[in-house]
Amino acid sequence: MSKDDFVGYAVPALTLGLGLIAWEGLVRYFAVPTYLLPAPSLIISTLITDWPTLSASLWVTLSITLKALGIAIIGSVGLAILFAQSRLVERAFYPFAVAMQVTPIVAIAPLLLIYLSPGVAVLVCAFLVAFFPLLANTTLGLSSADHNLVDLFQMYRASRMQQFMLLRLPSALPYFLAGLRISGGLALIGAIVAEIAAGSAGQGSGLAYRIVESGFRLNIPRMFAALLLISVAGITIHLLLTALSHWLLRDWHDSERGRET
Amino acid sequence: MNKMATLTTTKAAAIPVAAPPLVTLRGVHKVFANNVTALEGLDLEIRAGEFLSLLGPSGCGKSTVLRLLSGLTGPTRGEINWVADCPELGFVFQEPTLTPWNDVFANVWLPLRLAGVSKEKARPRVEEALEQVGLAGFAKAYPRQLSGGMKMRVSIARALVTRPTVLLMDEPFAALDEITRLKLNDDLAALRSSLGATVVFVTHSVFESVYLSDRIVVMAARPGRAVAEIVVEAPTQSRQEGFRLCKAYADTCVQTSEALHVAMGDRSPKMLKGGMA
Repeated sequence: MSKDDFVGYAVPALTLGLGLIAWEGLVRYFAVPTYLLPAPSLIISTLITDWPTLSASLWVTLSITLKALGIAIIGSVGLAILFAQSRLVERAFYPFAVAMQVTPIVAIAPLLLIYLSPGVAVLVCAFLVAFFPLLANTTLGLSSADHNLVDLFQMYRASRMQQFMLLRLPSALPYFLAGLRISGGLALIGAIVAEIAAGSAGQGSGLAYRIVESGFRLNIPRMFAALLLISVAGITIHLLLTALSHWLLRDWHDSERGRET
Repeated sequence: MNKMATLTTTKAAAIPVAAPPLVTLRGVHKVFANNVTALEGLDLEIRAGEFLSLLGPSGCGKSTVLRLLSGLTGPTRGEINWVADCPELGFVFQEPTLTPWNDVFANVWLPLRLAGVSKEKARPRVEEALEQVGLAGFAKAYPRQLSGGMKMRVSIARALVTRPTVLLMDEPFAALDEITRLKLNDDLAALRSSLGATVVFVTHSVFESVYLSDRIVVMAARPGRAVAEIVVEAPTQSRQEGFRLCKAYADTCVQTSEALHVAMGDRSPKMLKGGMA
């Protein structure tokens, strides 16, 4: 491990560690009641004792997030490809995509809960927030192939299909992956927000539902434990997508270029 | 076709280098959608097997000539007549224009791939092309691992892989440093004499054009047109480093520079012809 790597990992770890120690120390010194602010050690022990309930909730939230992300990928890539074929289609549908994006999901959730069963409504909310960054990025990517290469393909009489498969699709990949990294985080946020909006109406028992429930019961340590799990899930999704992006682009894209000194 | 034949005879008598024409441009106008006139009444004849440079300031439409020849765009007025029906073209851009997600092999394979030639069938041709540009053994490298000069060599290999009869090169070395550029000029000169293809080479470097060409057509800008023609007398086979030290090279450079100067000074083509010939 080089010195830079060491600093890269050690410094944030140290800051985090010191923060946690300070938190623990202050809570103990001032004897802060657990229903106001639980100490980190209590949060961890709650996480362990409540693991059966919390892990089940984690799984519910994660599966909603992943399903939403999956549908968003298929939908957005499909629509972006359609946009790439015809400017008219893009003109016709893009405003709706934008409208969906700019309307806050918290405001749409209650409406969706009227029309759809809570499980489906939560999924649709998570899908809606994950959809747009993927659509916008993929659309941009598909239209940003090097124009000289487009000329070259035309000169060699490439078919539309060849141009699409060998040029436009690979050109769009970095854009798509950038969108995916944004959407991965947003899908989780969408799922959580929708679950909170669904509140007691939601019979599903995702992490957000656990937070709301624990709040009612003044079980603050469990609230924190659920919060911790959401953060860890978000970070994990981000790391996995970053790794995927790195793996796919490592040979060629500037964003993955190491400093070759 | 009849018209072509008459043009050939009249032209062949007028110009010392006797080779059959490959393509003839007659009164070619090109006006872009934004009403910019790129070319106005361009007459140009390209002969089979020659190395022709189009030299001129930016905006003289020299790149447009290549786009017209490659069929990427059509003339607004005038005609472009090819002797052969469907000549095999190779194109080299100013930028290497490689696909970064493909390795060198796949980049060179591309023109054959688009024509439906499988990877295995294309392998000997790709390897031959890489050898011609001095990149044997680099098939598995990715473009970003290569220097600017090497990327340009890949780009040339890609143009050669279809064994083109006409090689169109659009300022291919303009973005390279001087040393790399001289080396690539030498290699192109050597490659060219072994290939026997017709080359149309767009450049704004006098030295490059004199070093490489059999014939230089000087163009003027706004509107783009051909204003002078210079025939480089040295035999093509002797175009190695030594040629740059010859008096003939220096003289032709001076002559060409003057022609270019006149072209940029926007004097009438007639005055120039009188002065130069």
